[in-house]
Amino acid sequence: MRDATYDVVTIGGGPAGMAAALAARQAGADRVLIIERDRELGGILQQCIHNGFGLRKFKEELTGPGYADRYIEMVGAAGIDVWLDSTVLAAEAGGRITCVGPTTGLATVEAKAVVHSMGCRERTRGAIRIPGSRPAGVFTAGAAQRMVNMEGYLPGRDVVIIGSGDIGLIMARRMTLEGARVRAVFEIMPYSNGLTRNIVQCLEDFGIPLYLSHCVVAVHGHDRVTGVTVAEVDADLHVKPGTEFDLPCDCVLLSVGLIPENELGRAIGVSTDRITSGAVVDQFRQTSKPGFFAAGNVLHVHDLVDLVSNEAEIAGRSAALFAKGVFGEATHERAVIAGEGLRQVVPQRLSTLEKGKNAIRFFFRSKAPMGPSIIALKTEDGIVWDRKLRVVKPSEMIVADIPVNRFAKASHIEFVLTLDEHPEPLEGAVEEEDA
Amino acid sequence: MGEMRGLEPISSKADVVVIGGGVVGCAIARELSRYRLDVVLLEQAPDVATGTSKANSGILHAGFDCEPGTWKARLNVRGAALYAEIAEGLGIPRREIGSLVVAHSDADLATCESLLARGRENGVAGLEIWGADRLRAHEPSISADVAGALWAPTAAVVCPFLATVGFGENAIRNGAKIHTECGVTGLVTAGGRIVAVETTRGRIEARFVVNAAGVHAADVARLAGDDSFTIHPRRGEYILFDRSTGALARSVLFPTPSKVSKGILVSPTVHGNIFIGPNAADVDELDDVETTAPGLDEIISGARKIVPDLPLQNAITEFAGLRAAAGKDFIIGESPIVKGLVHAAGIQSPGLTSAPAIGEAIAEILADLGLKLTPDPTFVPVNPHRPKFTEQTPVEQMARIAADPLAGRVICRCETITEAEIVAAIRAPCGARTIDGVKRRVRAGAGRCQGGFCGPRVTAILARELGIPVTAVRKETLESWLFYARAGLEIREDIDA
Ligand SMILES: Cc1cc2nc3c(=O)[nH]c(=O)nc-3n(C[C@H](O)[C@H](O)[C@H](O)COP(=O)(O)OP(=O)(O)OC[C@H]3O[C@@H](n4cnc5c(N)ncnc54)[C@H](O)[C@@H]3O)c2cc1C
Repeated sequence: MRDATYDVVTIGGGPAGMAAALAARQAGADRVLIIERDRELGGILQQCIHNGFGLRKFKEELTGPGYADRYIEMVGAAGIDVWLDSTVLAAEAGGRITCVGPTTGLATVEAKAVVHSMGCRERTRGAIRIPGSRPAGVFTAGAAQRMVNMEGYLPGRDVVIIGSGDIGLIMARRMTLEGARVRAVFEIMPYSNGLTRNIVQCLEDFGIPLYLSHCVVAVHGHDRVTGVTVAEVDADLHVKPGTEFDLPCDCVLLSVGLIPENELGRAIGVSTDRITSGAVVDQFRQTSKPGFFAAGNVLHVHDLVDLVSNEAEIAGRSAALFAKGVFGEATHERAVIAGEGLRQVVPQRLSTLEKGKNAIRFFFRSKAPMGPSIIALKTEDGIVWDRKLRVVKPSEMIVADIPVNRFAKASHIEFVLTLDEHPEPLEGAVEEEDA
Repeated sequence: MGEMRGLEPISSKADVVVIGGGVVGCAIARELSRYRLDVVLLEQAPDVATGTSKANSGILHAGFDCEPGTWKARLNVRGAALYAEIAEGLGIPRREIGSLVVAHSDADLATCESLLARGRENGVAGLEIWGADRLRAHEPSISADVAGALWAPTAAVVCPFLATVGFGENAIRNGAKIHTECGVTGLVTAGGRIVAVETTRGRIEARFVVNAAGVHAADVARLAGDDSFTIHPRRGEYILFDRSTGALARSVLFPTPSKVSKGILVSPTVHGNIFIGPNAADVDELDDVETTAPGLDEIISGARKIVPDLPLQNAITEFAGLRAAAGKDFIIGESPIVKGLVHAAGIQSPGLTSAPAIGEAIAEILADLGLKLTPDPTFVPVNPHRPKFTEQTPVEQMARIAADPLAGRVICRCETITEAEIVAAIRAPCGARTIDGVKRRVRAGAGRCQGGFCGPRVTAILARELGIPVTAVRKETLESWLFYARAGLEIREDIDA
């Protein structure tokens, strides 16, 4: 058995794990390790061969593998250890990690601080209970993407896509470019769940219809999918009788949501947020378990990799400081509340503020799409900060860097999102737009 | 590269041909493999257990609800006892968790009392009536309005798929042959007696044929001109939940039964998931295993009567199975019309439980019909133990990886299944040939992500081990190919696992 000791170990070598490891090195951690189960670093980026990555981080438009390569190079240059083809079986409180791989065998690692950066998984057909038969040809969009882009096989030739999540939209374009016919995208909500740019560039540019308030009520076929039955739904998401229609196809791709792959966190009893399904963290991205940090899609599902990298830098730096004993266990003393209009906020807690820090970055998602709106911070002293937003969609994260002096002493910290009664024409977008 | 694993040529003659690779057919083949006989089992699908035997409640019923004196009553109790003896040796996961028939009213309690009396008559041990308090202490998630329950400690859960594979593998180890992708298309008779079986892959001479074709058993009988029974498929739908919900029920929870079925239950699986179902709906087609929105709603509301707080957000899959409804009892015995044709038909619940006992009964019947049963002294009643990686100690795990590096590569992250376990499941006798076959044998893809992550990897491993292109890998049925070659690209046979 291989045994080793590290200051910081990141579990998962996607964009979050790599950025956290780099930040940990920069913050003075001597021994840093990335454990990755795949055969290369990069995580989901490696199958995202379209571009649109890195506009913020590198001020360049890169593909997924291109973005990953930048980080892989930096990781290589920074003296960070990387174990590939290694799966973490357990990471116990106290920092003892057990992992397994064909070359490493069964290994244990003692880590002073651990960053969870395991990413997310796709919600499945079973989870949303699409009735019908269970033939070949039903795939989650991400699994199909891997097959097409990394292995060179097509999951179908005549495709229906369920759900308007970003991977589904990207796959609509990919499959079209591969010569498949993409019949339509069906979204059960009255609004789309992907980035606006993807609706435009992946559907509209190719004439692929997006049906809102529609769901697939049955999948048909014995050996291979032969078609689906689709229906319109009402405001309560119930099928409107009589609206059913059949559509032939040989493939159904599902893009119905992503769920943090937070099992290692749950296994050690990290408190989790019922809404995000990720850990509850403070502004340092420390969880309720001392020395365990989390960043990226395992914490909350992001739309843009650049923001994942930013968030992971916070976690990596904090992990390094924890390893050095500069700061300790999270105090999580103040709760951050996602109030009216908001579905979630990260971080969900504030620990004792760091000296010299001017602003803290918060990530939000709205409950519903809204027109011009105002996001505001309410404390016991009333509204202490606000900002106008041109338009709000649940699928597009709201990001705000909020000056610490506004809430330094507040005991009640609640964000609210309300309609803007007096929208003004805005000079340059102030909200975080999708790039 | 694994050796090429195409379809082996089929036998041209046999002492006994068993039609149908469900749990019943496989248990019969395994029982007959004790004797010096050429036994051949024919299955039309690429794998065993693709019919009813893969989609049922997986319960080894204690045996209190069968009418005394029936085949069902006799074979249920005997079958349950046999599993207790042989399951472990055959690699069939089994947990004796007991069952509860939950009563909501005095009338229900009276039914429980009569089930108790019937169970004693059938020879079921340990039955007790429990009051509401005891029931609640045992099952904290149970509905507040329960009145009591019938407790049957001998009820167990098994993996019905691995039960079928366990019997099938043991039959092969003891000399039987299992030909898959071999559909029976004709039964040849001469002078009112079976003489041969015609299949999609050729003809087999045999004087004894056992019909264990599940919902197709009446069609098979008709191939020989026997129309003595008919089968009506009756569908039952299920919802399966993630393992994180395992605390919801400790034992099998039945509602108090109605006349037609045991009702919609809430139960742990042997693997520690929870499932709810089945309902009961007559369908027209013998392959109609579609789930329906009203059907799923029906089982949700049925299950809520027992456990009100269902974790619907943790559902991982829905599926349906077909009961081969024929009459009140199993149809076991020689055809009234064709000599040498023996039926094991109309095997509804408790067919899974009864399967090994059906094997014994069929052997006796064949002996009565003149088949000579000479025990084979080389018979080995067990399969080699294939431990799960996650259930081994660190020392064992290290030794295993040292011997085979693939034991260190986790392919299915939800269930922590290694490449070595997948390869072993493919290479074993009665081995996996499809994605679903791998999933059901070793649970790669059976977890919360349902193969989203490991599906492409398992596809590559199957292609490599079977020596077939990725485009020839199937999900489950004969023509359920998963992937097409990308236009303009050569087929790459060597993609990474
Ligand atoms: C909803 C439901 C719940 C149940 N729950 C339980 C339970 O909890 N406990 C219990 O004990 N029992 C239960 N049962 C009953 C049990 O599942 C069945 O009795 C058992 O699986 C029947 O096995 P079989 O081998 O007869 O049929 P099958 O598994 O259907 O096997 C028949 C096989 O024959 C093959 N075949 C058919 N025609 C041909 C042909 N012409 N040529 C070649 N092959 C052919 C088919 O492909 C199939 O593989 C349940 C059943 C259902 C439907």
